Amino acid sequence: MASHESSYTPGNPVEKWLDDRLPIIRFSKEHLMDYPTPKNLNYWWTFGGILAVMLVVQIVTGIVLAMHYAPNVALAFDSLEHIRRDVSGGRIIQAVHAVGASMFFAAVYLHIFRGLYFGSYKAPREILWILGVLIFVLMMATAFMGYVLPWGQMSYWAAQVITNIFAAIPIVGEPILLLLRGGFTVDNATLNRFFSLHYLLPFVIAAVVALHIWALHVPGNNNPIGVEVKSSRDTVPFHPYYTMKDLFAIIVFFIPFAWFVFFAPDILGHSDNYIQANSLVTPAHIVPEWYFLPFYAILRAIDFNILFIDSKLGGVIFFGGSILILFFLPWLDTSKVRSGTFRPIFKWFFWLFVVNFVMLAYLGASAADSSVLGLSVADFSKLCTAYYFLYFLVILPLLGRLETPRSLPESISEAVLKKSAGGSSAAAAH
Amino acid sequence: MATQSSTAHQDAPNPGRRDFLYVAAGAVGAVGVAGAVWPLINQLNPDASVLALASAEFDLSAVEEGQSLTVKWRGMPVFIRHRTATEIEEAKAVPLSDLKDPQTDAQRVKEGHEQWLIMIATCTHLGCIPVGESGEFGGWFCPCHGSQFDTAGRIRKGPAPTNLVLPPYEFISDTQVKIG
Repeated sequence: MASHESSYTPGNPVEKWLDDRLPIIRFSKEHLMDYPTPKNLNYWWTFGGILAVMLVVQIVTGIVLAMHYAPNVALAFDSLEHIRRDVSGGRIIQAVHAVGASMFFAAVYLHIFRGLYFGSYKAPREILWILGVLIFVLMMATAFMGYVLPWGQMSYWAAQVITNIFAAIPIVGEPILLLLRGGFTVDNATLNRFFSLHYLLPFVIAAVVALHIWALHVPGNNNPIGVEVKSSRDTVPFHPYYTMKDLFAIIVFFIPFAWFVFFAPDILGHSDNYIQANSLVTPAHIVPEWYFLPFYAILRAIDFNILFIDSKLGGVIFFGGSILILFFLPWLDTSKVRSGTFRPIFKWFFWLFVVNFVMLAYLGASAADSSVLGLSVADFSKLCTAYYFLYFLVILPLLGRLETPRSLPESISEAVLKKSAGGSSAAAAH
Repeated sequence: MATQSSTAHQDAPNPGRRDFLYVAAGAVGAVGVAGAVWPLINQLNPDASVLALASAEFDLSAVEEGQSLTVKWRGMPVFIRHRTATEIEEAKAVPLSDLKDPQTDAQRVKEGHEQWLIMIATCTHLGCIPVGESGEFGGWFCPCHGSQFDTAGRIRKGPAPTNLVLPPYEFISDTQVKIG
């Protein structure tokens, strides 16, 4: 797929001159327009485009906000209010950035679950998947540091708790903690460096996104049936087929985005964050932003010692492990069949995994000493954490060997034709 | 292939010397880079103005029995609790076998000043500030993840791995304490 013939011929002497020196138009035409794309991609495949747009939205609004924001403990909180009240259009720009973070994560979770269901991480797309997980990790770091900048109570205590996670590392934990915070506690030095890094990381993400797309364009897209492209009959050019489909999806995605921005910009946040940071008072119920809740629940679930590992380090190991395990997923899933569509038993475990993940989020938001469905939050969290890891470490490795998949279609075009024939005969029967 | 590469090797004027120069140049380069990177990392450490606030003195004369004071030391909150006689008795009565991080009450306070419990007010789990005079053990309760501490600030229940940390401090007089 990557080795397809270039169809570009420079249209005029200027283009020809440019093409001999920097073939940027040729490159764009090959990769953004003519790029052969499986013709059966469904709407789950539009989240890549949506995510690219969201990264641009966050970078653009972020650069503008940095023009009015003051990264100093005495000024930060007020400068945010200044942006929201005094800066022309600042209320909307700030809301787009804050809500944008949530929308970005919503899209990235759907994108990741798409990959999990359709086996997009399997050979030859391991590097593509690993780069994707790397982007996810960078996004989490960026979002966390961005959340500290408003310097409200939740900002401060999130910074306190998350940096403290590093203190759990044996021996080097304490020096690392001092190094991260630049003080004995979260203070001005911490806020300043978080601002600096929050500005830097999105550009690092953009660079990894470029590699992610490069790694996508070598093997080409996976697709809903998971059968590789076999001939040109299986593909359509990216433009206009998928540029238009992506554009439509982006517009639909912007509807809830706009609703939040214009009608409920603070609904996804916490009211405590409108109280200025106070190092002497912890809010009664601290919770991270919704997109960190499942991992936060895993961190909290380990409240017991495991052999010589104390509960604090144990929580951190499971928390880190829940993300690191994604890097190894291509080698943990032993099934030769990519798409979940043709794996009858896998489907059940996959959807249970999705429900379990949502449940973890719910538990992460619940108070530590409350109970859910008759089980204490602590016990329920342990159960869900166990399933999270079992899915990757036991179910996927075994299922590939035990399950009999349904027979795969010969090719993408055969599957598409069969589907449309099936669809029209069903319509005729009515 | 094997013959080809060995011929190529023989063609080089002095392969051993060349390899040595290659490795030596690389090593010098790596040391240079590490030396240049170190100050860039080290600048993240607490600066002189933060380190300068290493010790502070506090007057305890206004703190009545049963009252607590939260002071700031190195930017961190520190609890100074004037314990009641019952609280001290309670703390002393706990058998060490009940404790996750065994310490006697005497190890938690200064001799002759047993009524004063002075501890860094951040939970040893993830750094939240526990709420005083609450929880099942009459000491402190951390609202973040539910750790419970007794009247000597020792961990009794919940995810915190150790007792609340004691800062270095000394009594200058009966009512004056120097922390740090």
